[in-house]
Order: sequence, then structure tokens, then C-alpha cells
Amino acid sequence: MPEFEWQFTLVLLTNGIMIGLMYALIALGFVLIYKATDAINFAQGEFVMFAGFLAAVAAEIAGMPFWLSSLLAIGGMVALGFGLERVVLRPLIGRPVIAVVMATIGLAAVLRGTAVMAFGAGTRAIVMPVSDEPFELGPVMLPPVQLVGAGVSLVFLALFTWFFLKSRIGIAMRAVADSQQVAMAMGINVRRYFALAWAMAGIVSALGGVVWGTMLGVDNQLALVGLKVFPVVILGGLDSIMGAVIGGLIVGVVENFAAGYLDPYVGGGTKDFAPYVLMILVLMIRPEGMFGRRRIERV
Amino acid sequence: MLALNNVEVVYDGVILVLKGVSLSAEEGHITTLLGANGAGKTTTLKAISGLLKTERGEVTKGNVELDGERLDRLLPFDVVKRGVVQVFEGRRVFENLTVDENLVAGAHSRSNTADVKAGMERVYGSFPVLKERRSQSAGYLSGGEQQMLVIGRALMSDPKVILLDEPSLGLAPMVIEEIFSVIRRLKDEQKLTVLLVEQNAALALEIADHGYVMENGRIVLEGPAEQLRQNSDIKEFYLGLNEAGSRKSYRDTKHYRRRKRWLS
Repeated sequence: MPEFEWQFTLVLLTNGIMIGLMYALIALGFVLIYKATDAINFAQGEFVMFAGFLAAVAAEIAGMPFWLSSLLAIGGMVALGFGLERVVLRPLIGRPVIAVVMATIGLAAVLRGTAVMAFGAGTRAIVMPVSDEPFELGPVMLPPVQLVGAGVSLVFLALFTWFFLKSRIGIAMRAVADSQQVAMAMGINVRRYFALAWAMAGIVSALGGVVWGTMLGVDNQLALVGLKVFPVVILGGLDSIMGAVIGGLIVGVVENFAAGYLDPYVGGGTKDFAPYVLMILVLMIRPEGMFGRRRIERV
Repeated sequence: MLALNNVEVVYDGVILVLKGVSLSAEEGHITTLLGANGAGKTTTLKAISGLLKTERGEVTKGNVELDGERLDRLLPFDVVKRGVVQVFEGRRVFENLTVDENLVAGAHSRSNTADVKAGMERVYGSFPVLKERRSQSAGYLSGGEQQMLVIGRALMSDPKVILLDEPSLGLAPMVIEEIFSVIRRLKDEQKLTVLLVEQNAALALEIADHGYVMENGRIVLEGPAEQLRQNSDIKEFYLGLNEAGSRKSYRDTKHYRRRKRWLS
């Protein structure tokens, strides 16, 4: 048993928090769609991958600067979100949940395939114009890429929280999620808000794609970060932005602690499944997550 | 004036629900639509608000007009923009939204934020109980408060015509009295046109100016509310009174079911 080193713990913790915020960003895309349309998007990881490809290819082939290629990825993903909603999801409105779930699983496969077809199977890089010198904060070294990623995540998480709580459009989206028929009777154009939700998920996915693509490199393995969305949203609650943040932080920290403390004993691998073990535990104890809305029962 | 002319509604392409319904709701009046379960009252309201389309129903014949402009081809949110709003039966509040947010969502068709604020104050003026609960989740309100909220929410769109579906359902008499007095006041003060669907005929005929009786997808009887109250068929079948006006007793030895005169 190595003696307890608080420095090592601190490093794991800050790393976990950074990574966790970036998980939260991806989970936000998932939450936005679930909140507004009640659809579970299994293609969230593929959205992120696709956005990563867009940014990487724009920078590599067209020689665009980083910021422009990121903007292009955002624009492309908004268009993709709108398009997919119109072509794939809209005909499924009012169908059972399983139909939508299956459709998004199919969509995931299609996106993974077309990305390889269009952009090739090789790993591409996104280069963020920040220095490689880690930022020193006491004993902890923070890579600037992670700092930027965590910062972007925080800003957008705050932005969307405000949007849903205070803006009239956000309130209308929540009304649609609550009851589509009643929302329609109140003069809300439900379909427009469905499309808007997918477009917003596109924006968030594009940011996620750029941030994660910078860290991991862009190929179709990038879609695997999307799998981490599930423990995050189950922990936090499927329809809560706050939940996505807390869930993301927990998953990030648990992952890092598992890698730091458990892996040396068992020879590695716990990092990848520890969040899922936690997810299963949460499902048993509190299925709606920590911040998810409970069904209101009046007696 | 809201008018339905010979409206026929078919669900799923085969099920004929409304068989040529004509009725009109005079501006600034309360018009009530009476009838038993399944007579087609709610379908009539949905034909007006355009919500039929969400339930695979459609108006196959006739038309719905508001002041001469056709409504039956419009989508629900366009109908709301024209000034016609439907309040569903069963107090369908947005459960996970607060009272305030429910009202904001109800004002969705209005673009001016100042109008929304003014509308909210007016609703809270009409239903002071709601103001005390403005930041609570609507799902946790009492039944009466929820009914007030759905009516207030509908008023947020500043409608000319409000379609009320069974507002008295499952509420205590005192609460019903309060809600109906607000409706009457809105009619008097703001010239609101009300089309009221009710199973509680006594209540509806008391507040309404004009009434229609519906059976099996047809209008079978029509007249001023006062006249309908005196109609012996209405008394027998909807108010539970006998010819003399006293409560009907089922203890009488032989009970002959009166034949409805409008069937012949």
C-alpha cells in the first residue's frame, strides 16, 4: 500500500473536474433533445465525431484558422440537426419511444459510416492555437487545451441554464416537453421547437467535437466519448442541465480516481467501466437521477 | 361571431363523429353546448381550434368561420393567433412549470413582452389565489387552482373567443361558483365570447345566454337559455325534473320513459 499522497489526489481531482466538464458539454446536447422532444438520442457521440471531422478537415484541407473551422463545424452541425429532425425524426412524432430510439441507433451507424466514407479512416488532428506549456497551479499542471475545453463547457452550460429558465423560447420548449397537445393549443408551433432543439444539440455537439477532437484526435473512435453520456445523464437526471454538470463532474472524477488508485492493482481497465458501475447503482436507488424531474402524482 | 356551418368530422378516415353541426356563438355572449358522453361536444371544440388534426380527425364538410374568416384549414397555432383558444377538460396544466411560467407559455402568440406582463397582472387580478402560488410547480396546485390556471393561461393569448371544455368537472361547488363568476365578468367587461361545453346542464343554462343540445353528432335543440330551461324535454333528460318542476322521484310505481320529442 503506497502512502497517501495528497498531491497525487489533487491532480486526479482537478483532472477529473476538467474532463467532467467536457463530458457535461456533450451530455448537454443529449439533455436538450430529451428535454424538448422526449427523444433519446443514441447518436450523440456520432454528432460529436462528425463535428470533429468537419473542423479537422476544414482546417487541414481548406487551411482555415482554428476559429473559422470551429465556426464552420457549428454551422454544419446546426444544418445537420435541422436536416435530421426534418427527414428522420419528424415522421416519428407520436410513435412509441422505441421507434425513436431505434431510429437514432440507425442514425449513429449511418453517421459513423458516412464519416469514414467522406473523410477517410485516418486520424486527423485539430490544432488549438494555445501553447503546449502546461499552466501551473500550485502542484497541479493543467494543459491549456483542457482549460479552454472546461471553460467553453462552463460558459455554454450557464447559457443554456439561463435560456431554459428565463427566456420565453426556453419556457415554451419546456411547455412542449411537458405536453405537446396542450402546447399546441396554447399557440406554440411544436414542430418548430423540435427542430430548434436538434439545432441547439448540433451547436453543443460541434463544440464538444472541437474540444474532444483536439485532445484525442479525430477518427471514428471519437464517437466513443458519446457512450460516457449515459452514466452522466443517468447520474444527473435525463432532463436536467444542472444534472448534466454534476453527473459529468462525478463521472470525470470517478474515472480519474479509478485510473489512479485501482488500475495499479488490477492492471488497468477500471477507468473505463467504473462510471457504469456507478450508473447501475444509481438506477437501483434513484432511477430519475439526482436532479431529474419526478412524475408529479396528485392524490 | 364564431359560426360553424354544417360541419362534418371524420376520424381515421372512416368514423363519422359530427354529422352536419351548425351553431354560432354571438360576440360577447356565453353560448353553451350540452349533451351526454360521446355526443361530440369536445370534437366540436377541436374542430374549431384545429386540434383535430393532431388526433387524425378532419373536417370533411362544412366550415368554421370567425367573423367571416375561415378557421378550419388553419393549424392550431394560427387559430390561436386569430383569437380563438381552447381550454381542455381535465385541467391540463404544464405540471413541471411554475404558475408564472405556465402563463408565459400561454402568451406565446404575443410578441410584445410588456403585453405579457400586463396580461399576467390581469390574470392575477382575476384569480388572486394564483398570485400567492406563482413560483410553485403547477402540478402541485389544488384542482380548483389548476382550473383557474388553465383558464388564466388561455386568457394570456388575449382571445376574442374562449372554448371551455367542462370547467366544472370534479370541482367543489364553491370553486365552480368562483370560476363561473370570473367567466361572467370577462364576458361583461371585455366582451369575451364564450363557448361552454358542460355536462352539468343546470349550471350551464344558468350562466349562458344561448344553448344548443347535442346528441349523436347532431344538434337536436337550440334556443335562448331561458327557453331551454323551460323546455320539458330538457327538464326531463338534462335537469332531472318532472313536468311540474319538482325533483323527479324514482319511487313512483310505474316509470315510463318519456320519448324525446326531437327524435320524431
